[in-house]
Amino acid sequence: MAARIISLAEAIADNLRDGDTLAMEGFTHLIPYAAAHEIIRQGRKDLFLIRMTPDLIYDQLIGVGAARGMKFSWGGNPGVGSLHRFRDAVENQWPRPLDIEEHSHAAMANAYEAGAANLPFAMLRGYIGADLPKVNPNIRSVTCPFTGEVLAAVPAIRPDVSVIHALRADRKGNVLLEGIVGVQKEAVLAAKRSIVTVEEIVDELNPPSPNSVVLPGWAISAVCHVPGGAFPSYAHGYYPRSNAFYIAWDEIARDRDRFNDWIRDNVMNATPEDFAKYAKTPAKIA
Amino acid sequence: MSQDFTPTEMMIIAAARALINDDVCFVGIGAPSAACNVARLTHAPDITLIYESGTIGTRPDVLPLSIGDGELCDTALFTVPVPEMFRYWLQGGRITTGFLGGAQIDRFANLNTTVVGPYDNPKVRLPGGGGAPEIASSCGRIFITMALSKRGFVDKLPFITSMGHGEGGNHRERLGMKTAGPTRVVTDLCILEPDPETKELTVTSIHSGVTRDQIVENCGWPIRFAAEIVGTPVPTESELTVLRDINARTRKAHSGDGKEAA
Repeated sequence: MAARIISLAEAIADNLRDGDTLAMEGFTHLIPYAAAHEIIRQGRKDLFLIRMTPDLIYDQLIGVGAARGMKFSWGGNPGVGSLHRFRDAVENQWPRPLDIEEHSHAAMANAYEAGAANLPFAMLRGYIGADLPKVNPNIRSVTCPFTGEVLAAVPAIRPDVSVIHALRADRKGNVLLEGIVGVQKEAVLAAKRSIVTVEEIVDELNPPSPNSVVLPGWAISAVCHVPGGAFPSYAHGYYPRSNAFYIAWDEIARDRDRFNDWIRDNVMNATPEDFAKYAKTPAKIA
Repeated sequence: MSQDFTPTEMMIIAAARALINDDVCFVGIGAPSAACNVARLTHAPDITLIYESGTIGTRPDVLPLSIGDGELCDTALFTVPVPEMFRYWLQGGRITTGFLGGAQIDRFANLNTTVVGPYDNPKVRLPGGGGAPEIASSCGRIFITMALSKRGFVDKLPFITSMGHGEGGNHRERLGMKTAGPTRVVTDLCILEPDPETKELTVTSIHSGVTRDQIVENCGWPIRFAAEIVGTPVPTESELTVLRDINARTRKAHSGDGKEAA
């Protein structure tokens, strides 16, 4: 059994439904922007978003009103400041109210791992003396049956759909990730359905090491060839993060009209192929 | 009195001096990252710097804008998945020092980066805790660096994102923590350390050219001064050169008009 290698439009249409819980992961690196734009174009709504660092990708989904809620652990524009669409939703309920379930990074990472491991919850030595457990009823505790130590417990993350971006896939849909690999493997293995966009499709995957991070095609629902699909995030060995775009986003997202104009021009009137202009292959870099 | 360095430069250099060569340091973005790399490029060349994106033993040539810039991975000894980062290396007790910044701090070095105003109806929604809640409890000790201001150094935090010394005294021990918590807060005007008994932050070192009145005026609670106070040594020429060079390289690397997708 292999992953279906199909277009991004088909992959979203086949796998993501209104109301789904959706995890789009990538820790700064390999963030699946092209897939998020396709979700916006197809008008998916009432999504419950899951992501450790919402980043610009969820600022965009929240700003267009596609989300009913979000589970997250750090909601800023890294090194720049606020996510203004996220703030507008939480502070002013614009364009709609957003239910938030807020955790720490450690809890989210553990919760993804628990999901991948088919466990109902994760435990960690966490949240000690912190206020989040007072405002998030999904942060509870368990007592170790051996030592009596009280540990924090959070529900496992089991998304309906997980979406990640990877470096390359072979023709059977086996995919390779390198560099900062974040929680992508866990997010895919925790999900009911999964979509992986890739920079390249190659005849032979040739993982650089027997310990490389490879997700087999039989563990993935769909693989889509979308060169440049992580821009303005980056793809290790392919193209760098556009820190300049992250800085520019601050002004774009600060104003509702300017944000709407940006979405119209760069998402609604665009296609996944438009990301190709940001793509570089390792050969071209060298 | 004019000096040939800025208060921010003094803050970062004073923070860098707190680190030692044997430290294994969990690095926050912004001023902490600058301080940790100045330490690495001056007196602590073998310090192990770890960023929460999973990069371990990283030696960036320019300061990262985000916690997961490619520069961190390219220059790291190795890079681990994020669950491993938090489970084995942080919770596993391998980190000697966590270096944090924050939006707001109180007299017991508790930090807020979550909300201003009520959580359910915030006046300002800040980014949140990220790795900080567990960094604060699992690292051997915590250094904090942030500019001294009434907005930042507040009498009462609206929200405790990560615990410092809680209500003071032995609060950490009472909650079962075995780590030291915040041992030093480096600001642009002075250095604060917790009182050995009460754990209230007290001024222990004052930067060159700064008066006690300036410190009092810029703190949101009636700040205490230790019985013995030293003057912070001014930055050396080599410290300033290292900091200014890395800042210049960083500005160059991150600049650009951002128009490629606008």
